[in-house]
Amino acid sequence: MAAKPKPRKPAARGYYDLAAQAVRELLVEKRVISETEILNLLATAAKRGPQVGARIVAKAWTDQAFKKKLLADGKRALADIGIPFGEAQLKVVENTPRVHHLICCSLCSCYPRSILGQPPFWYRNPEFRSRAVREPRKVLKELGVTVPARTAVYVHESNADIRYLVVPQRPAGTGALDEAALAALVTRDCLVGGAQARAPGRKPKSRA
Amino acid sequence: MFRPGQRVRVRNPRKTGHVRTPSFIRGKTGVVETWVGTFLNPEEIAYGRTGGPAVHNYRVVFRQHDVWPDYAGSRGDRLYLEVYEHWLEPAAGNLRGG
Repeated sequence: MAAKPKPRKPAARGYYDLAAQAVRELLVEKRVISETEILNLLATAAKRGPQVGARIVAKAWTDQAFKKKLLADGKRALADIGIPFGEAQLKVVENTPRVHHLICCSLCSCYPRSILGQPPFWYRNPEFRSRAVREPRKVLKELGVTVPARTAVYVHESNADIRYLVVPQRPAGTGALDEAALAALVTRDCLVGGAQARAPGRKPKSRA
Repeated sequence: MFRPGQRVRVRNPRKTGHVRTPSFIRGKTGVVETWVGTFLNPEEIAYGRTGGPAVHNYRVVFRQHDVWPDYAGSRGDRLYLEVYEHWLEPAAGNLRGG
């Protein structure tokens, strides 16, 4: 006789998960915030993410005038293409064969969240935060980016008033690609200098 | 006010609390790259004192070899930080990297 499949136990929910739900339900019950407002906020949050950064980078790769504006005044350049940047100022830096930029926040985890959403896991890691300013080349190597000695490494310490975005180097052999195809080459890690944009056809390296 | 190209040293007033100038940069000398703007002082707003005044903020560039005496990377490697005016004092010389 075949063994009966065991009914699957629902995964236990953690304390904070339950507490968050309780607070949410209370806020709605007490009419502090409505369910519709919560859903709208969630919808807005879902629009943020690396795909927004990838779109910005692809546009910078294909539109020199936009790139110039972006590097001069990130916030204004983004407003021009309909991407509101909520918090702080935005400083955009460009990786070239001469300079590789790496962004970190040694004190906390400042990151341009209003466009990119949540930072990569490693970006929030205390070890990354303390070592990125101290030995950036070694840290970059561990992230999979080997920077040749002739290329300078510029580390930018992010903070509450100024956030940073990196335009990675455009991979070779991408001259014929349109903006959408180019954007697909830009991963989340590229946007803070923790990776290179990949050449077309190459699978992105997965990293938590 | 400081001007771009000016050499500055980061002060070390041994202030505690919500201080946004990392300890590793205190006492180090760099060059002002640009004035960034004026902002409410995070050391004040962290405690609910939001009345200002706003303070000047500068992007300052440091040679990594000046920040870390045993730095292992290239001579051209740099560290960029924004520093509030009250954390800066003029340093000798004003040539970029001089």
